[in-house]
Amino acid sequence: MASDIAIPKFELKQTSGQFSTFFVADLFFGVDVHSVQEVLRFQQMSHVPKAPEVIEGLINLRGQIVTAIDMRRRLKLPPRAADQEPTNMVVRTDEGAVSLLVDEIGDVLDVDDATYERPPENLDSAARDLIRGVYKLKDRLLLVLDTERTVNLTCEALRSAR
Amino acid sequence: MQDQDVIHEFLVESHENLSRLDQEIVVLEKQPEDAALLASIFRTIHTIKGTCGFFAFSTLERITHEAESLLSQLRDGKRKLTPSLISLILETVDSTRTVLASIEANGEEGPERFENLVERLRQAAQSPGKVESQTNSDLVPAPLTKTQGESGSGETPEGRKPEKNGAKPSAATDANIRVGVGLLDKLMDLVGELVLTRNQILQFNTEREDAALNATSQRLNLITSELQEGVMKTRMQPIGMVWNSLPRVVRDMAVSLGKQIELEMDGTGTELDRTIIEAIKDPLVHLVRNSCDHGIEPPEVRTQAGKRAQGKLTLRAYHEGGQVNIEIGDDGAGIDVARVKQKAVEKGLLRPEQVEKLSDREVLNLIFLPGFSTAQTVTNVSGRGVGMDVVKSNIEKIGGIVDVFSRPGEGTTVKLKIPLTLAIIPGLVITSGGERFVIPQVSLLELVCLEGDSSEKRIEHVHGTPVYRRRGSLLPVAYLNEVLGLKLSEQADVVSMVVLQAEDRQFGLVVDGINDTQEIVVKPLGKQLKGLTVYAGATIMGDGRVALILDVLGIGESAGVLTESREQSRAEAEQKSQARIEQKRLLLFRAGSFDRLAVPLSLVARLEEFPRSSIEHASGCPVVQYRNRILPLVPLRSLLEPGTPSHNQASDPVQVIVFNNNNRSVGVVVDEILDVFEEAVTIRQKSTRKGLLGSGVVGKRVTDFLDLNHILQASAEAWFEGADGPASGKNILVAEASAFSRGLIRSGLDMEGYRVREAANQNEAIRRMEQEPIDVVVAAQDLPPNGGATLLEAMRERPEWKQIPVLALADSIDPVQSTAAQAAGFQDCRAKFEREAMLESVARLASATVSTEMEPVCAGEEK
Repeated sequence: MASDIAIPKFELKQTSGQFSTFFVADLFFGVDVHSVQEVLRFQQMSHVPKAPEVIEGLINLRGQIVTAIDMRRRLKLPPRAADQEPTNMVVRTDEGAVSLLVDEIGDVLDVDDATYERPPENLDSAARDLIRGVYKLKDRLLLVLDTERTVNLTCEALRSAR
Repeated sequence: MQDQDVIHEFLVESHENLSRLDQEIVVLEKQPEDAALLASIFRTIHTIKGTCGFFAFSTLERITHEAESLLSQLRDGKRKLTPSLISLILETVDSTRTVLASIEANGEEGPERFENLVERLRQAAQSPGKVESQTNSDLVPAPLTKTQGESGSGETPEGRKPEKNGAKPSAATDANIRVGVGLLDKLMDLVGELVLTRNQILQFNTEREDAALNATSQRLNLITSELQEGVMKTRMQPIGMVWNSLPRVVRDMAVSLGKQIELEMDGTGTELDRTIIEAIKDPLVHLVRNSCDHGIEPPEVRTQAGKRAQGKLTLRAYHEGGQVNIEIGDDGAGIDVARVKQKAVEKGLLRPEQVEKLSDREVLNLIFLPGFSTAQTVTNVSGRGVGMDVVKSNIEKIGGIVDVFSRPGEGTTVKLKIPLTLAIIPGLVITSGGERFVIPQVSLLELVCLEGDSSEKRIEHVHGTPVYRRRGSLLPVAYLNEVLGLKLSEQADVVSMVVLQAEDRQFGLVVDGINDTQEIVVKPLGKQLKGLTVYAGATIMGDGRVALILDVLGIGESAGVLTESREQSRAEAEQKSQARIEQKRLLLFRAGSFDRLAVPLSLVARLEEFPRSSIEHASGCPVVQYRNRILPLVPLRSLLEPGTPSHNQASDPVQVIVFNNNNRSVGVVVDEILDVFEEAVTIRQKSTRKGLLGSGVVGKRVTDFLDLNHILQASAEAWFEGADGPASGKNILVAEASAFSRGLIRSGLDMEGYRVREAANQNEAIRRMEQEPIDVVVAAQDLPPNGGATLLEAMRERPEWKQIPVLALADSIDPVQSTAAQAAGFQDCRAKFEREAMLESVARLASATVSTEMEPVCAGEEK
């Protein structure tokens, strides 16, 4: 699976192995399959008043309280249709398990490192922070999501919500 | 007797250490250069030595002491490790074991003194060359051999109980396993989750009628409860752990006070969570000391009173209703209610007439008031000097209650009620805006239900701020829906309010509904939500959903019922209100001969009462410590009527109106707060008197309006004028390019009370000076664009700025630069980061000028 083409070193660790994929609006994302703890259908959520707006609420994951982040809002995309229930994709991060609310779960894909490229410079700033790179798959582009950054709600994100 | 547990612990620990030593020494033999290993061995021996000294095990102490000296030389590389030295160390280990075995069996070290070993260790440490020959030639025909310590399998003949030694594992280690606290905490967490799951299943069970499920869930229920109890127990420690030190405390106190005190301890085995054990340690010691000191009388007094000469101090601990009760009782003289009253009045905590109204029980509880105890320091960890107020607050911090009972002549008992654990706490479940929240029971004072017609009336509004009249005093009220930005509920007939306590302040929180109380398992929130101060955590309810636990302090602050968070809007309001005072609600009060004074209520941050004793003086101006700040007080009497005494001496506590201005608070001392009045008033007559705006008619009576600006100014002047020679409140302009340096300079000046303006370059500096008068300019020599000197030149060109002194700041100072600076026309030159010198210079320059903006007015000075 690994290609012969040399890949710049700094990108190596991010581009190996399999990716769990999902959709947010019309975007096709992938995260390292090892960082995904589990995928759950939509859970009842407790709303957290005063929290940053990207935080949809808290879910009870077998006794563990997990924060759910709405990926649409995180990426500053328009809200999903009212009848569309998001799916919880629970990822492990340095800050514990966090649930990402995505539109739909895709397959687990093996990707060819040769198709990797860094994100285009003209990407919208909300997305550029969170996208590590792009795999040029045959029929579409797979965006590699930086989960650590996604769950790290900086002051800026908090401020905009208050 | 009580040392038994400690010795037992010592034995367990030492046995473990020694077995590790065996291994380490064997490894060391192969790698004699391993410094880390040597250091570890040294530490182990050192620890044993230290503990031996503590228990006065002299033989063991001597052995380990000599071994330690030898090891320290090895560790420091002063000598090489030889096989014979290793043997010697191993022999030490074996001998130590022998002694430990004896201690375990008989509680003492045994007759063997190990003189020979000690001697050889000493010699080995002193003279490097001899060690080998001595061990080999067996100079001393002592009955010790067996220096080959193959993990202690050999017998050591010198021990009284050799069978306790060596291969046979010690009984002390047998019955116990040391488990990390982290693991126990993890277990506790898991059990917490299990409890929640159990709750869910039970709920599920009630919805179905399935006999099998019913039976199974019942069983699950029982097992879970038992497991919870069991795991809780693993974190439990007997209260005897804390009590162990008390006999000594009592004995020492008794000796030094010349009293005879017998200590009786009952319920030593009563167990508490380890976190709680830690928290009650100091308060307990303090209470015991207190009983010895103030409770039990000297022998002669006791015999006269017909009691035994020996006083008795009783400690009792027992479980009761899911809590632990601890009683500290003495059979002393009891608390003299009359004296407490007298002391409370003397200390200015209460007025005589207030004291008279109190019941005896209330009087007893006065001893917990801050300021009542004679102790001044509150931070001593050893438990000395901790006042009763700190005892109380420490106990309350962990959700406990302190109560005191006393009978004259028969003694005093202090009763502590302590929760068993902190991980599972009782909480009140409430709803607001369709969400459930939990309020920790600890912060809850009472529930108030306002029903029917009165409900709307009873929450009144003071300038838009809701308040509730609770037994005669005003309680600030917040609406949870508003605080959390939830959707507002429809006007209900019934208003539910919880009265909460955060630190020492109380407020009412209106919620949509009050459900019930529950034992909840506190769980932390994810990092993404850590910034939200309004939540203390989250928990999982019986239906499996998450509920947030409210942080009462955070809620209070966020609602503005606790802090000056509305400072800004107040300051803005102030500016406007000065112009149209007539529409405001007014606070009426009395000071000196002014029977009716008024200020707009919106400007009032808070009404406070301070006991007269809490008023201190900072350089001549009265101040009080107020919420970790120093609050300058302005006695209104002497401000309005110079020459009169500043206080109405009779009034205690002192009535103070607190105003906020920017970041500065000022307390205005008045004689009496009269009323809050709302009426359209107009100022009919301008006042010529300083401190008054004018007069108007309020409530059909003529009322004087206070000039708040003047008061604030006066306070600033008085406060800072008194504080430090240079008339502060002066405007200092700091012209410096680097924001970091500016900040440094500024912080120093701020502290001194100057008003600091900043400029990053010359143009900005000039703009600043055009905006407002500046008293002293502090200019960096490297100020952009062309240096501080050009700013100076520019200033000297304008007549109005000619006189402003300019202090040059250089990166470092040398005589050449200094002279050059003065030649250029700077009044002084200082190094940028020599704060003291810079401040001193600014002070000198500032005092040479007359403040351009504010006349220096001191409180009480009529101008």
